[in-house]
This record gives sequence, C-alpha cells and structure tokens, in this order.
Amino acid sequence: MPAGLIQIRHLYKQYETAAGPVPVLHDIALDIDPGEFVAIMGPSGSGKSTFMNILGCLDIPTSGQYLLRGKDVGTLDHDALASLRNQVIGFVFQGFNLLPRANLETNVALPLLYARVGRSERLERARHYLQQMGLGKYCKSLPSQISGGQQQRVAIARALAGNPSLILADEPTGNLDTQTSREIMDIFTRLNTEEGITIVLVTHEPDIAHYARRLVRFVDGRVVHDGSVEIAHEGAMA
Amino acid sequence: MIGVMLGEAWHAMGANRMRTFLTMLGMMIGVGAVIAMLAIGQGVKDSVNDSIASMGSNLFIVVSGSTTSGGMRMGGGAAPTITVGDAQAIAELPSVRASAPVIGGTAQIVHGSSNWSTSVSGVTPDYLEVAAWQISRGAWIADSDLRAATRVAVIGKTVADNLFGDEDPIGQTIRIKQSPFVVIGLLEAKGQALDGRDQDDIILVPLRTAQRQLFAQQFQNAVRNIMVQAVSASAMPQAEKEMNELLRQRHRLREGADDDFTVRNMTAMAKMAAQTAQLMSMLLGAIASISLIVGGVGIMNIMLVSVTERTREIGIRMAIGARRRDILAQFLLEAVSISVAGCIIGVLLGIGAALLVGQLMQTQVVITLSSILLGFAVATAVGVFFGFYPAHQASKLRPIEALRYQ
Ligand SMILES: Nc1ncnc2c1ncn2[C@@H]1O[C@H](COP(=O)(O)OP(=O)(O)OP(=O)(O)O)[C@@H](O)[C@H]1O
Ligand SMILES: [Mg+2]
Repeated sequence: MPAGLIQIRHLYKQYETAAGPVPVLHDIALDIDPGEFVAIMGPSGSGKSTFMNILGCLDIPTSGQYLLRGKDVGTLDHDALASLRNQVIGFVFQGFNLLPRANLETNVALPLLYARVGRSERLERARHYLQQMGLGKYCKSLPSQISGGQQQRVAIARALAGNPSLILADEPTGNLDTQTSREIMDIFTRLNTEEGITIVLVTHEPDIAHYARRLVRFVDGRVVHDGSVEIAHEGAMA
Repeated sequence: MIGVMLGEAWHAMGANRMRTFLTMLGMMIGVGAVIAMLAIGQGVKDSVNDSIASMGSNLFIVVSGSTTSGGMRMGGGAAPTITVGDAQAIAELPSVRASAPVIGGTAQIVHGSSNWSTSVSGVTPDYLEVAAWQISRGAWIADSDLRAATRVAVIGKTVADNLFGDEDPIGQTIRIKQSPFVVIGLLEAKGQALDGRDQDDIILVPLRTAQRQLFAQQFQNAVRNIMVQAVSASAMPQAEKEMNELLRQRHRLREGADDDFTVRNMTAMAKMAAQTAQLMSMLLGAIASISLIVGGVGIMNIMLVSVTERTREIGIRMAIGARRRDILAQFLLEAVSISVAGCIIGVLLGIGAALLVGQLMQTQVVITLSSILLGFAVATAVGVFFGFYPAHQASKLRPIEALRYQ
C-alpha cells in the first residue's frame, strides 16, 4: 500500500460561537494519495471550506487525527505548521488573496522569502513561474492592474513557487467566467498530470468537478459520496 | 531578509504618508527637544566650568560686613573693615598659600579720542596667580612698581580692544581719572564670570598707586576685598577657620559679637554652580524625554491600527508560510523605522533649535555626538518598546481568522 499523502480519521470540527458550539464536520474519514486530483462538492454550508482550512493547516480540528505525509499535524507547533504551509502546501483562494501593494513578482516570491531563499534566486524563480502562467510581461505590475483570471494565475504561480506537493483550491473559479475558468482548470490538470502535484479543489460547478478524477461530496458535515466524478451533476443545484 | 523587510516597512510607511508623518512628528519633536535641551544644558555646564577654571583654585574672597544665612551682604553703607594689614596677616597663615588685597572701583579711561569706562583694581604682584590670570603680552606688576607706586597698568582684552583696536597697547599711555599710566602688559582673555560679567573688562594697577592716586580712601589702608588661595583643596576648611579666628582677633571682636567681615569660599560656590548647571541640564533632558514617551505612545497607537487594518495581509502571509516571528519582525521593524526616521529629522530639528536659542539668547550651546547617539539609541528603544505590543498582537493572530477578516 502506497504511503498516503493525507489520512484523516474520525475528524470532528465545531466552531465556538457566542451562541454556543456549532458542529460543522462529523466523523470525517478520508485518504488521499499522492498525485490524485480530487473535487469536493456539496451544498453551501456543508463544511467544505472548513475542511479545506484544516487540510491546509490553517485551522485545527476539534478532535480526530490528520496525518499529512505520515505526520500527525495535531502534534506540530506553530513554526512546524508554518513550514508545512510554506513547503508542502500551496493555496489558491476564490478571492485570489494577493498583496495589493506588492507587484506580481514580489507576490509570487513571497513563499520563497519565508523559506529564506536568497533575493536573486527568489526573483528568478518568481519570474519563471509567472512566465509559465503566461504573465512574463506583468512582473512589475500591481494586482489591481490585471484581470481576475490573470490574478488567479498569479495566485497559482505563488502556490507553485514553494514547490508544493499539494495544492488546495477553494472555489478557484468562483469569481471567473466560464472561458477563464476553463483556462485555470487546464492549468491545474497540467500541474496534476505533468508535475504530479496532488490537487484538492472545492467547486459548485459540475463542469469544473469533471476535470478531477475523484469526487467527494459533503452534506451537513459528512462525506456522502467518495468516488467517481460521473455523478457530479446529481444534486449539484442543491 | 532584513533588506526585504526594510523595503516592506518603507512601502507600508509610504502607503499612508500623512499618517506616517504625523506619527513621526511625535518622535521628531521628542528627539528634537532632547537634542536641543542637552545642547543648551551642556552649553550652560561648559560655560560654568570655563568660568570656574578661570577663577583660580582653592579660592576665598574676604569682604567687609557680615552676611545673613541667606548669603546677602548686610550693612552696605558701613565702613570698610578689612585692610591691607589683614591681607598681610592672612598670608602668614600656614594653610594659606597667598593672599592678595584688592581696592578699586569704576573709572573713566581715555586714550587719544577713545574713552571707556571700566573697573580699575589696585593689586599686589601675588594677585596674578591667586586670581589665575595669565599675561599674554608684556609684563606684570613688579614688586618695585608696588613699592614706588609707579603709574603702570596691565589691561584686559576687552579694554585693549575698545581703546586700542588693532593697535599694540604695550608702551602706550592711557589716562585713568586724568592721570597718565603706561600700559605694560596685556592679560590673557578669560571670558565670562559665573555671574555673566565680562572678566576681561578690567585694568590692574599697583595697589599703592591706586590707593594714593585713584581711589583716595577715607579709611587708611581699607581694601575692597582680599583674595586668598589655600595651599590645597584639603586645607580649605582649615584655612577658613584660621582666617575667621585671625580676623576676629585683629578686629578685636568680643565673644558673641557679629563678624564684621565675611569669608566666602569661592570654590564651594563654584562647585554648587556647577552642580546646579548639571542638575538643570538633566532636568531639561528629563522633561524633553517625556515627549519621547508621548511619541512612542503615538507609534504604538498607529501600529495597533495598522495591524488591525492589515489583518488580512497577515493572514495571507501566514497562509503561505510566514512564521510568527516573521510577522513580529515585520511590524517591529516598521515601528522602529518610523521611530528612527522621526529621530533623524528630530536630530536636525534639535540642532537647528539649539543654534537658534544660542543666537537669540546669546548663550553657548554645545551639541555633542554623544547626545545625538543617545537620541538614536532612545528612538530605537522607543520603537522596539512601543512597537512590540502591536507586533506581538499581529504575530499571535490565528491564520484562519486573519484570512477571514474583512
Ligand atoms: N468562523 C466561524 N464561526 C462560526 N461558524 C462558522 C465559521 N465558519 C463557518 N461557520 C459555519 O460552519 C458551517 C460550514 O461553513 P463552511 O464555510 O465550511 O461551508 P462551505 O461548505 O464552504 O459553504 P460555501 O459553499 O457557501 O462556501 C456554516 O454553517 C457556517 O455558518
Ligand atoms: Mg466555502
């Protein structure tokens, strides 16, 4: 049995609010192997983002076990989690989340800064990834000076800069039109097939889910389907 | 890393220029005030010390009349009681090195078409050393001048400048109260006395000449004061005691009668003046430092606002791998940058203010490198101290909450 990239057992998550605890995830169990391309679907409020944040070590589960590359994330301290986010995981958000005041190459080079990579190498690699995303001539532009689709490609370049084995994308095409969404998904597909990067993405759109090779469906904080993407359309509008 | 962070700090400061400037203003004023106050304080201290150095060491001045405890001279109109004889007797005391009687007053001096009103003192040869004068050119009053009551004069720099200008005064004749005197020597300049008086505005003549020809005395041999130098600093209390006993005895004062003279310990007074100046400059510095603290609070305030505003940015940075200490360092560096930038401008402002005050008030100001370095050290410390709390708050944010912040 190949070493799993992600192994999740009995994972629970509840938010502590003023009105009391809000349970969101119930007894999740999920394994993801290196090189997989997984789409997560489910109705709004079913806990997809909550789950992604835990996968990305941005948030911690209330109970249960999460092994990333065999390591129990629950036992790691802040620095170790930061270095996992830096070296193993790349994030692509729905809202792009670029630093508005920094130019594109600085944005893309940011993970390398925190990885303590020297300045010239940092910028060289940042430009390389921007070029790969077809944005070579925008290195010095600000995020506000390019389109949404371009911004998302910058975000992908930034995720790639850390040379991650896992890319987590929460509704990466949520703010983009169909044509641009397709371009972004082609990039993910290529990264998955050519570079072997594991991709987990959340989407509401069955068309987008079809780019993946495995579908996980959440309903009310539980996994109700785990397998083929063929049934992506079923209940999509729920 | 530091370079990038400095760049980012610069960017962040530039993003809201007005706010950054206003925040820096507190530091500018604080550092400026400290630099200016230290410069003024140092100037006062230096000029006091210069005056003290020019005063002569281990020095007493004996004057007529008693003093109240407050040091005020009483019986201003009373007859002068101390005499040349007292001075000679004091000179014999074992703890006294030299004693120099002085008589004199103000007189009108004429040379050619110039005239000048100044203080003329009749002195003995010992006066030169007791009063710590130096002859810059020419000769000093000799014993023979004293005995023969010759009409010679040694003049201070201010007098020379006013009467002779660029001319060489040595050998020239001046008229003091109509009598002709030959200038035989020029005194080295001393500058201001502790009380601000110009010490170089003076003419010295032999004691007997002054007694006989310039200031005819009602009381034979009375003198204005006697300057006394003790053999050493440690002998000063002994000298003071001996002088008091001697003068009471010579003046035939009965047990219980008030002194009709006063022995002033000039060295002790000078020390006090120096201490006062020191205290004053420390006080000025301390008051100015308060504005630095106020400046620091301003920085803290703005950094807290900045951390809140940039919560999302902090979240993004954490999501892509910034560790807590990276965030801490970033905000700390920003606080220190504001503080130090304010300090640089503040130093310039402070120097300007000090020079201006020196000009307007005609006082000496001394800007020392150490005060500038102190300014930078304090500014950095203020930046770190007041920047730490906001930076710490930033670094403690949980990544997910920071990212969600709208
Ligand atoms: N910080 C929070 N505090 C309290 N409750 C929260 C918090 N974040 C999310 N929730 C709740 O948890 C549930 C799951 O939210 P989550 O964002 O994971 O849903 P989602 O599946 O991503 O939905 P969507 O498709 O709309 O993005 C929701 O009911 C939401 O109200
Ligand atoms: Mg969501």
